[in-house]
Amino acid sequence: MLEHVELFFKSIFIDNMVFATFLGMCSYLAVSKRVATAVGLGAAVIFVLAVTVPLNWLLDQYLLRDGALAWLGPEYADYNLGFLSFILFIATIATMVQLVEIVVEKFSPALYNSLGIFLPLIAVNCAILGGSLFMQSRDIQTLGLAFNYGLSSGIGWFLAILAIAAIREKIRYSNVPAPLRGLGITFIITGLMAIGFMSFGGMLTGGDEAAQEEVPTTAQKEKEDKISEEANENTVSFNNAIKNKN
Amino acid sequence: MALLSKKDANLILDPLSDNNPITIQVLGICSALAITAELKASIVMSVSVLFVMGMGNVVISLMRNIIPSKIRIIVQLVVVATLVIIVDQVLKAFAYELSKTLSVFVGLIITNCIIMGRFEAFALANGTWRSFLDGIGNAAGYGIILVIIGFFRELLGSGTLLGYKVLGDPIAKTGLYAIGYENNGFMLLSPMALIVVGLIIWVQRSRNKDLIEEN
Repeated sequence: MLEHVELFFKSIFIDNMVFATFLGMCSYLAVSKRVATAVGLGAAVIFVLAVTVPLNWLLDQYLLRDGALAWLGPEYADYNLGFLSFILFIATIATMVQLVEIVVEKFSPALYNSLGIFLPLIAVNCAILGGSLFMQSRDIQTLGLAFNYGLSSGIGWFLAILAIAAIREKIRYSNVPAPLRGLGITFIITGLMAIGFMSFGGMLTGGDEAAQEEVPTTAQKEKEDKISEEANENTVSFNNAIKNKN
Repeated sequence: MALLSKKDANLILDPLSDNNPITIQVLGICSALAITAELKASIVMSVSVLFVMGMGNVVISLMRNIIPSKIRIIVQLVVVATLVIIVDQVLKAFAYELSKTLSVFVGLIITNCIIMGRFEAFALANGTWRSFLDGIGNAAGYGIILVIIGFFRELLGSGTLLGYKVLGDPIAKTGLYAIGYENNGFMLLSPMALIVVGLIIWVQRSRNKDLIEEN
């Protein structure tokens, strides 16, 4: 239970898709001019991530990873189909998006009208594929955790696009230097927001060390790739640098 | 240029400045920002994208008359995914450390919007040679921004370029460090990538007033 809670908050705030790993930036920048559309796209992203990450987890667990085919019989235990994961993940995502679109259109026209136009956009949203790839590289243990990871990363992305859309609606009335208008100032604001979100890093890295050791994810954290840890590591070294200065 | 007609040359030159994929069309930001803390990673990423885009545009352009338009997105995704798997395997085989640094961002070339954008906008409607040039041009426009960001982040953040200590040794206090210069560790953190892109956009649009957006 505790690991679920931890993963949930970690994916929303600390490893926020937009602010820590820059996933889904294209649609984040393109569709954040108005709050209403941003909410629509954000909801669609939550939905698709919560569906595709568990699905790809199953694929990874029973088809792709080293020795995953052992359930077929001992002679298959040596196969490692990991190199196929990109193509299978993206195929799953594209198919799921199409399927979800058809189902939603059939059973809930109201939802389709609000989400529908965003669904095709999502097939090529890096946040979706990124969710699955991070799920794979962070070695998420159970199907429940994979679902949790998909859902909470989606919520994190939703929060980010909602916040930037609200700011952009207001900034229209401000006197921004002409060359920075539009895209430029959006980048800089996102950077400032990302700095703000970095302070959440202290929730896990700068907090109570004894409590952190009990957390079962420390072992899996070591397995994380360098770049995904970069944010955390840097926060630590940054915190240490500040400590040393003081 | 004798080799290329003026129209063809523009296919390569336009994306380098006035129609840059990152700063003007706002495509392919995701991978551009995450891996630019080091110049080396930026260069490898640019070359990977150059390969995938050049080849991908050629393949899509060759198949453009036989792809049913309803399933073209999936066809495009499969073509890109195949090329990216090649890049990924080559990196893992010959530059393992670097492929660790790039981690999932090699895979994310698949959903790099520049690639899909160019397939949709150009390769599906144009001949093979022009599509190839267009792919190379856009990838180069993407790469040049990556290299600029990587250059400044590595230089100001860790005082090195491609791993060489160009500003002197921070521990032995030689070079610039002797007179009290300090690395700005903040440049290595991810938010600074966004701010550096913002500044590049600022410089570019101040030089060319036509690019300024309506508020």
